[in-house]
Amino acid sequence: MDWNMAQSNVSRGKRRFLIAASSVMGGVAGAAVAVPFVMSMTPSARARAAGAPVEVDISKVEPGMMITVEWRGKPVWIVHRTPEMLASLPKMDGEVADPKSKVKQQPDYAKNENRSIKPEYLVLVGICTHLGCSPSQKLAAGDADGMGSNWPGGFFCPCHGSKFDLAGRVFKGVPAPINLEVPPYAYLSDTRLIIGADSKGA
Amino acid sequence: MGKLKALLGWIDDRFPLTANWKAHLSEYYAPKNFNFWYFFGSLALLVLVMQIVTGILLTMHYKPDATQAFASVEYIMRDVPWGWLIRYMHSTGASMFFIVVYLHMFRGLLYGSYRKPRELLWLFGMLIYLCLMAEAFFGYLLPWGQMSYWGAQVIVNLFGAVPFVGPDLSLWIRGDYVVSDATLNRFFAFHVIAVPLVLLGLVAAHLLALHEVGSNNPDGIEIKKKKDPKTGIPLDGIPFFPYYVIKDIVGVVVFLMVFSAILFFAPEMGGYFLEHNNFIPADPLKTPPHIAPVWYFTPFYSILRAVPPMFDSQFPGVVAMGVSVMIFFLLPWLDRGAVKSIRYRGTIYKSALAIFVVAFLVLGYLGTEPTNVWGQFGPWLGNAERATVVARVFTIIYFLFFLLMPWYTKIDKTRPEPERVTS
Repeated sequence: MDWNMAQSNVSRGKRRFLIAASSVMGGVAGAAVAVPFVMSMTPSARARAAGAPVEVDISKVEPGMMITVEWRGKPVWIVHRTPEMLASLPKMDGEVADPKSKVKQQPDYAKNENRSIKPEYLVLVGICTHLGCSPSQKLAAGDADGMGSNWPGGFFCPCHGSKFDLAGRVFKGVPAPINLEVPPYAYLSDTRLIIGADSKGA
Repeated sequence: MGKLKALLGWIDDRFPLTANWKAHLSEYYAPKNFNFWYFFGSLALLVLVMQIVTGILLTMHYKPDATQAFASVEYIMRDVPWGWLIRYMHSTGASMFFIVVYLHMFRGLLYGSYRKPRELLWLFGMLIYLCLMAEAFFGYLLPWGQMSYWGAQVIVNLFGAVPFVGPDLSLWIRGDYVVSDATLNRFFAFHVIAVPLVLLGLVAAHLLALHEVGSNNPDGIEIKKKKDPKTGIPLDGIPFFPYYVIKDIVGVVVFLMVFSAILFFAPEMGGYFLEHNNFIPADPLKTPPHIAPVWYFTPFYSILRAVPPMFDSQFPGVVAMGVSVMIFFLLPWLDRGAVKSIRYRGTIYKSALAIFVVAFLVLGYLGTEPTNVWGQFGPWLGNAERATVVARVFTIIYFLFFLLMPWYTKIDKTRPEPERVTS
């Protein structure tokens, strides 16, 4: 039987259907197998477990001082603000991009003038909202930290020059688009904080 | 001799050995007027081989584990016999790869090597360049120094700026909430196998495309148009083997002299090839005071920094940076010049190319420095940082080179191309 004879005996419709059906099924199988491949690259159970809340003792943080603790592998800053530092915040309203913290970068209980539960203790995720560097502490007002004489005190990101005030609010005209994040946190007692969980126990 | 010939015949009956040797070397006719700029293709191939060989040797001692990676690199440098040489060959090789590739690409801009019929050749080349960038980025995390860590943090967060899917995307790339052991391990996999495999395939495609259309030359004319009527061989072509093989060996020798000088006397190149901060182990809680990528990424990094955030998002800057790389893909279709080679182009293209080179270099320099490197303007410009303003101006020039190209290459007063190649 030569090629032409063979051709005349086939049903082209049936052949086309079989080709299309097997191509579609093959494609579905390929896509299905891609799911476990892609999912294998998401955080593992171990990485997710490491994201548990952490407890911090803040009794030794003197006014004007700051400590850094680790939560989910990120630096979390706890700043004990002095009355002068707190008094400087309202003056910054004109210079920061989002003075009223409208962008949801904080839990609702920290959406206030000081961006904190208790005014004196500021809790922030120390990761720049631009590209994830950890800003440097320039807490002292004025030229003490080399930030120029009209510096109100705050944080300066060395990577791309973003500036934040003492409530983690971003200055206008810097690369970072939004305020520093306030993580979920709660007071277990007057001197103990839990970071990564709300008082609701989330 | 007879035995050897018989063996060759035996092979040729089973595998196209002689046929391929002829097609790609002894009977591949390249224009006879190649100049200095034509060394860099073969040099790129040389560096590729060198990176693969040194890379394989490094994997025999390196540990892709966040607790051991930094120490294992120091172990290679101090305890492994000749480990320092192999490691410095690999790290210097990375920078040399980019130098060679940038010069190779610049050659394309000089002589219009991306123009019809070499569009696909150019596209394969650009894909190779993207692979190289990925390879360099993944590889830079492996020593697990401060710059490795924070560089990766910044670049992965670029993907986080993508609207809607961004945070999930960067989480997926890292495999953790921050750059961590999981990230290091997968970057190792990408660096040593995934990207090199793609790279090798693309290099093969690049060469096949080149040998299909034939090489361009400094005159930008097609040697296939004038063939010997009897043999069908281009009149201005000479076989790649032995002529250009010999010429390229000269290039290899000179290149290896330069390479060795850097390797033995300045492997860190004053912090440009290996940054000083990368000799400090990665610390997720402390960002170095100044983060800059390695020099070959800095022009694009400058563009990223130059674009201010818009609509509460840094995505526009990320897009600008991405486009600044991707726009090279469009060159074959942006260039409407009547001639290919700069030799016969008019003043406009020559000036545009010169300005572009200046922009690329200035942006590259600024990307290695903090944005306050040149201080600030006075209050008359809102105390803006001088370097940021300059970077913005050159970013605009960079994009104008491409965006206005269809227009200025068309009105450019070109001279007629010669019929045959000139010496």
